[in-house]
Amino acid sequence: MNKKILLVDDDIDFLNQIEIHLKNSGFDVAVSESEKDAEKLLPIFNPDLVITDLMIDNFDAGFLLAYKVKKFNPQIPVIIVTGVTHELGFKFYAGTQEERQWIKADAILNKPIRYEQLLKEIYTHLHLD
Amino acid sequence: MLTLKVLIVDDEPGMRQSIQRALVNYKMKLQDIEEEIRFEMSVAENGEQALTQIAEFKPDILLLDYKLPDMTGLDVLEQFDNKDEQILTIMVTAYASLDTAVSAIKSGAFDFLAKPFTPNELRSTISKAARNLIHSREIKKLQAEKRQVRFQFISVLGHELKSPLGAVEGYLNMIKERTIGIELEKYDNMVDRCLIRTDQMRKLIGDLLEMTKIESGQRQRDLQEINLSELVKTSIESIQPDADRRNITISLVMDSHLNIIADKSEIEIILNNLFSNAVKYNRDNGNVDISIKSFDHELQIIVSDTGIGLSEDDIHALFRDFVRIKNQKTKDILGSGLGLSTVKKIANLYNGDIIVKSTPDIGSIFTVKLIK
Repeated sequence: MNKKILLVDDDIDFLNQIEIHLKNSGFDVAVSESEKDAEKLLPIFNPDLVITDLMIDNFDAGFLLAYKVKKFNPQIPVIIVTGVTHELGFKFYAGTQEERQWIKADAILNKPIRYEQLLKEIYTHLHLD
Repeated sequence: MLTLKVLIVDDEPGMRQSIQRALVNYKMKLQDIEEEIRFEMSVAENGEQALTQIAEFKPDILLLDYKLPDMTGLDVLEQFDNKDEQILTIMVTAYASLDTAVSAIKSGAFDFLAKPFTPNELRSTISKAARNLIHSREIKKLQAEKRQVRFQFISVLGHELKSPLGAVEGYLNMIKERTIGIELEKYDNMVDRCLIRTDQMRKLIGDLLEMTKIESGQRQRDLQEINLSELVKTSIESIQPDADRRNITISLVMDSHLNIIADKSEIEIILNNLFSNAVKYNRDNGNVDISIKSFDHELQIIVSDTGIGLSEDDIHALFRDFVRIKNQKTKDILGSGLGLSTVKKIANLYNGDIIVKSTPDIGSIFTVKLIK
């Protein structure tokens, strides 16, 4: 059975590209352009992993979604991919235990991102080889 | 209550006391700030003590006697670091010669007070210094805020430019790596998306340049009599193809010969933005009603559409830089988020404004008022 990934971003080109890459890598993919739709998809699609942008419906919708995912099922890893950290001097990582307490994400990656790098994170968090 | 610190440097105990007496209960008010200003004092008997007190007490105003036992007031002025001009110095001396006054001012003193002086003369000199100090601090604060706004603008701009660039780069890499096979046709959609994103970027840069010109005030405004009817017609023609494609009907009500004194390219920016928005955010088979009303002292450009409309929250944010109303209905519509903020800036140049009335899913009415 293929692993299922829910991909959330308001940039449809980013969605398009990552969706193609993920399918090529053998994942089942569902995409959503908003935090609200992603929330609705959770119980229907029941993903193994969620990848989300930070600024979607509003400034920190990615954090909200991460929180909702963990509430739905704490076992689902959440990867936040964002372009805001660099440009807006807005810094956070999910590296320490303390940060993970309020940021319910397993990894935060910066855009632009190479697919290989994202894939490596996915493998790590899904415990694949 | 705002407190300014005054350091009194004088070797005569009587002088130090009388200055303190004159200022201890003195409160002043500036017209443009609400707060009352009072003075907190400290004293020094010689130059050495003065320098220590400047470092420790950190005065705002220095009342500095010229003739001190160990050095002159000028020596004191030269020895402390006042690069940021945080301290205003008032030189006090019994030898009220022009020479001393000139060299004191040259060494950075703000004002000059000749002994003997009355408490009122002292207060008036002090309040002049206080006023100056507070104004220059206000200006510095404003400049810092301006730098901050500029920094934020550039940060957001960087973000807005990087998104389309990233999208195009992503597609190009996929094409290069033949991610979905070797047949060229399979990549048509990607190429189309690249073109849409570069188009959007070009539009953003265009809008940005227009806005910068208006904001900087660098551009020579060319105010002359222009034929508004012609400009309106040209602008409508430019959006007609987009309107036709979606079967949107444009109607116009205006006097046929409407001349105004204005800058032609500024008016073009207003018209093009309002008209193209009315088409872009309209529904298929919708209407755009344009009416231009001329009153004695005011010109109104009213554009109403039958489009997606705006919520209360949207309206509050609408005229800010880079604000694009993001929702399901607008996701396929390209825009830079600078158009309406530019229109507002131009309207302000004409002492006018832009207002909007809107009902979600019914439509919006934008009114630009320009004062003649």
